[in-house]
Amino acid sequence: MLHLLIRRLAVAFLVCITVLTFAFALTRLSGDLAISIAGPSATAADIEVVRKAYGLDRPVVEQFFDWVGRAAVGDFGQSYFYKERVSKLIVDRLPVTMTLGLVGLGIALLVALPLGVVSALNEGRVIDRVISLVALLGQAMPSFWLGLILMVTLGLKLGWLPISGTGSWEHFVMPGIVLAFSAIPALMRLTRSGMIDAMNADYIRTARAKGLSRTSIVLKHAARNAAMPVVSIAAVQLGFMLGGSIVIETVFALHGVGFLAWESISKNDFPTVQAVVLMLAIIYTLLTLGADLLNALLDPRLRAQ
Amino acid sequence: MTALLEVADLHIGFGGLAAVRGASFTVNKGETHCLVGESGCGKSVTALAMMGLLPANAERRTAALRFDGQDIAGLSEREMSRLRGDRIAMIFQEPMTSLNPAYTVGSQMGEVYRRHRGGTRQAALDRAAELLERVRITSPGMRLGQFPHQLSGGLRQRVMIAMALMCEPELLIADEPTTALDVTVQAQILRLLADLQTELGLAILMITHDLGIVARTAHRVSVMYAGEIVETAPVFPLFAEPRHPYTRGLLSCVPVPGKVGRDEPLGSIRGTVPRIGPNFAGCAFRDRCDLARPDCSSPVVRHTLASEHSYLCQIAP
Ligand SMILES: Nc1ncnc2c1ncn2[C@@H]1O[C@H](COP(=O)(O)OP(=O)(O)O)[C@@H](O)[C@H]1O
Ligand SMILES: [Mg+2]
Repeated sequence: MLHLLIRRLAVAFLVCITVLTFAFALTRLSGDLAISIAGPSATAADIEVVRKAYGLDRPVVEQFFDWVGRAAVGDFGQSYFYKERVSKLIVDRLPVTMTLGLVGLGIALLVALPLGVVSALNEGRVIDRVISLVALLGQAMPSFWLGLILMVTLGLKLGWLPISGTGSWEHFVMPGIVLAFSAIPALMRLTRSGMIDAMNADYIRTARAKGLSRTSIVLKHAARNAAMPVVSIAAVQLGFMLGGSIVIETVFALHGVGFLAWESISKNDFPTVQAVVLMLAIIYTLLTLGADLLNALLDPRLRAQ
Repeated sequence: MTALLEVADLHIGFGGLAAVRGASFTVNKGETHCLVGESGCGKSVTALAMMGLLPANAERRTAALRFDGQDIAGLSEREMSRLRGDRIAMIFQEPMTSLNPAYTVGSQMGEVYRRHRGGTRQAALDRAAELLERVRITSPGMRLGQFPHQLSGGLRQRVMIAMALMCEPELLIADEPTTALDVTVQAQILRLLADLQTELGLAILMITHDLGIVARTAHRVSVMYAGEIVETAPVFPLFAEPRHPYTRGLLSCVPVPGKVGRDEPLGSIRGTVPRIGPNFAGCAFRDRCDLARPDCSSPVVRHTLASEHSYLCQIAP
């Protein structure tokens, strides 16, 4: 188990280094940063001043190691656009994004797991087909559109939920539902196929031969074995939700990391862009690491490796 | 000699396939009844039908299915699940996959005991340790905490047997319990089952395709072919005077030292088990039988040789 942990941590570290390099390289490749920072009305002399002030006149390699060195201790420099510490920008917005992602994943699991199990236990019957069809329709629905529909119905017509802002937990319900919607089909399909495989396994026949109750057969013996791919994909989905919630954060006016990423990219605020990309990469690797460890808890064979 | 399990005229179909056709047999208390036949003859589905564990796409019809005098054909799933694991237990061919990889030996053995007998987790574990000892597994305490992948095939099958015995069943159904094991392990497991039978007065329905196993374990034998029991007899008469051409064919495939000369070829049965549809009539073995006659395609009556020995063939002597 310790061995596994060390190996996975080493991989996670390498992934972060790679992403860091790419994040840096991409911002430099996107054009002359000094020109975009100085703005459209700047003269050549202004641009030179900016170049000096921001240290962009130094060799790229030096800039890179300078940045890495500071990033390692949590210093991502000053945002060109917000005129604030980048670390503070991110720390301020992270809770919103995290809450949104966790609410989204929670809703997705609450819907997808029972539906997947019911589908699997009724494989090929009408109820299975209906569930698959609904999931397919859900997948085909664009999230901004679903967001608007929810706002109009639940928010404006019925007045049950606030339509924008981050003041209370209720603010996260609608965007959470929208986020969940895109994750439900994949989670549900994996739950279904995992449960079908598990229910056809020899050990389920043994469990039935032991006279165990239906509940114990399905929830104890089958579900535990079906859970592993679901855990892995849930981690990936949470990663998407954290990094890819730009549309939803915009529609619901939630000022999270997704919104920050969008703004800093469009404003060429490269210290912020680099930091956001790096942070998302770290979150991704931590999530996959977490999923691997959770799976090792679920399956003793993985622990033995 | 009292009957524990009685089956009369069992039919099992899968759509257009008649997998079992009118099988009748009896397993007596404390006896081993061997069901023998080539692969695909319907042995496993017969066993599953006894347990009420047939797959959903199977249709079962039977004139009588009695366990200890009680009719169990009409029992609900709930009532059957009370018998399973408690009074009727079953072990399977694949010890590698028959245990759940995610739970410890102790947890899997304990749950069947708690399901039928209740009691604390600790009491169930104590019972499990006792049974592991009984199936000659050393350091049972350590094994209880292990997972299936940490055990060899032979050990896993011992665990399966121990688990089947947790609630002291009267009947053990063993579907090819040693087919997947090495020959030496196979012999150990068979000896273990025989010992347990004497110790516990267990009745065993042993399913196998191996006549060597039949010779070593059976009190009574039913030979199954294409869904029918073509011959049934106590073990000595069956080996001494087999009547059905299929039984004789099977026996001729087994070398007997001293009886079969070194250079004599071993017998074999040509062809394979046919797929039988619902409206099939006559002897299913006729296409592979050297003695077949035109009238073999008309319905066959069962001949009784002695009170315990009968066969399904009209040309056998
Ligand atoms: N779930 C099933 N669906 C359809 N046919 C099946 C199923 N299970 C078994 N059969 C068929 O029933 C017949 C008997 O199978 P089985 O009892 O497993 O044979 P044996 O155990 O004697 O090798 C075979 O022809 C097999 O193909
Ligand atoms: Mg079989």
